[in-house]
Amino acid sequence: MSGTMTIYRRELRSYFATPVAYVFIVIFLLLSGAFTFYLGGFYERGQADLQPFFTFHPWLYLFLVPAVSMRLWAEERKSGTIELLLTLPVTMWQAVVGKFLAAWTFIALALALTFPIWLTVNYLGDPDNGVIAASYLGSLLMAGAFLAIGSCLSAATRNQVVAFILTVVVCFVLLLAGYPLVLEAIGAIAPQGVVDAVAGLSFLTHFESIGKGVIDLRDLIYFVLMILFWLYATAIVIDMKKAA
Amino acid sequence: MIETRELSKRYGDFTAVDAISFKVEPGQVLGFLGPNGAGKSTTMKMLAGFLAPTAGSASVAGFDVERQPLEAKRVLGYLPEGAPSYGEMTVREFLDFIARVRGLHGEAGERRSDDVIARLHLEPVLEQPIDTLSKGFKRRVGLAGAILHDPKVLILDEPTDGLDPNQKQEVRSLINSMARDKTIIISTHLLEEVHAVCTRAIIIAAGRILADATPAELEARSRYHQAVSLTAANLEEAKAALARVGDIASIEVDPQDNRITAFPKPGRQIFVAVSDALKAQQVAVRELALEGGRLDEVFRTITQGASGAEVRS
Repeated sequence: MSGTMTIYRRELRSYFATPVAYVFIVIFLLLSGAFTFYLGGFYERGQADLQPFFTFHPWLYLFLVPAVSMRLWAEERKSGTIELLLTLPVTMWQAVVGKFLAAWTFIALALALTFPIWLTVNYLGDPDNGVIAASYLGSLLMAGAFLAIGSCLSAATRNQVVAFILTVVVCFVLLLAGYPLVLEAIGAIAPQGVVDAVAGLSFLTHFESIGKGVIDLRDLIYFVLMILFWLYATAIVIDMKKAA
Repeated sequence: MIETRELSKRYGDFTAVDAISFKVEPGQVLGFLGPNGAGKSTTMKMLAGFLAPTAGSASVAGFDVERQPLEAKRVLGYLPEGAPSYGEMTVREFLDFIARVRGLHGEAGERRSDDVIARLHLEPVLEQPIDTLSKGFKRRVGLAGAILHDPKVLILDEPTDGLDPNQKQEVRSLINSMARDKTIIISTHLLEEVHAVCTRAIIIAAGRILADATPAELEARSRYHQAVSLTAANLEEAKAALARVGDIASIEVDPQDNRITAFPKPGRQIFVAVSDALKAQQVAVRELALEGGRLDEVFRTITQGASGAEVRS
């Protein structure tokens, strides 16, 4: 446990030692604000809720989370520090989880800094704060799943740009897994059972159902399993590179 | 103690390390020598647990590096090639991080940190980000991280690369001072380093061990071993005098500075005979020296012989 925490603290601090953290947070806040007010029609709707705010999170994360995750392992491999890290007395799992949690905490911080919009909506009207809390939770879990995917793909390459693009593509497919674009493509080559299974993997479906304020255990389990699966895959990818 | 048994690493068809077996005892400093790409770093990476062997096994202080990786890593200090470290951290943060990962907390951790900081003269740069440091400092920061927990076993991949002559000297005396109770392996391209710090040298090329001996034994394999070199005012006179010494096998003259080198017949000593002969003939000699043997020449002969064989097969 202490190995995980030590790596976690080192990683988290490293975000703020470079401009990465500040650039990310500022862009995230600007874009989420712009989407909410212009594309989402926050005022025009005349409703006291944060739906226009949360609707765009999957699309924001699609590009911003891979920008955070791409460096997780690719940078360590490129600079050679991976050799330092993996010859310290920590297990692979501790390293993978420590790095992931640091990145997740960082995104959670960016998400928490959107609190003024929550204050605004409470000032303007009388929103259902339970729904808003559930949506924040769903948004955070979805960001975690994106990050875990990015972690795995970052471990597979030493090139950050490649890691970024692969992560965007995989996340995009998973986002739209419940929609015709993906399902028709799969339906053309696979039986109905596979199509249904893929449809069940859709990020959007699970995110939207949490966003309605109904915290279904199945949606939570879905995201937690997604994170664990991709982190496990990260460890396997690193192990495979070790034996290559 | 470090032990490898038939340790091998293959990448597809390419064999980087080919069934290497050796054993290093506490108190020994083993120098790993070999041309670039010989398999030195790959062997060290397997010992440190960064690469998994394709075949064979290795143990560090009795712990198998594959079956007991954490125990092995705990007793091992490892400096990877190029001494990588986290550039955005300051030297102090980096050492704190290593100390924490190694479980050195509180006073004991601080004492160890202070000790390595003093030993490697890192005080002036403690609060600077590692990225902003010179190559020599970066190398010493890496080294500090490797010895922070006072490990029983040390594996250092080119520890003096990029250091200036004074810093090289300091790192060598640091290694010497730790050598008594530790098991140490260093890799190096510098043959004088083998002299300065190693009690034993292994020469590897193309993944195989070609020689395993003390530096003195290696030097004895040189054709310069026990040779006598001299510079005389009159070259022809000196050659004539040397011709009278029966144990000399051959004589070479360096065309640049007219330095004469006389090689003995195998197993013979010629220094006294040469000096007597020169005196008897009253040859004016500016300088007369007994050669100990040249490591670089031995290194070249051994490794080029190996790569030559490789080409033929």
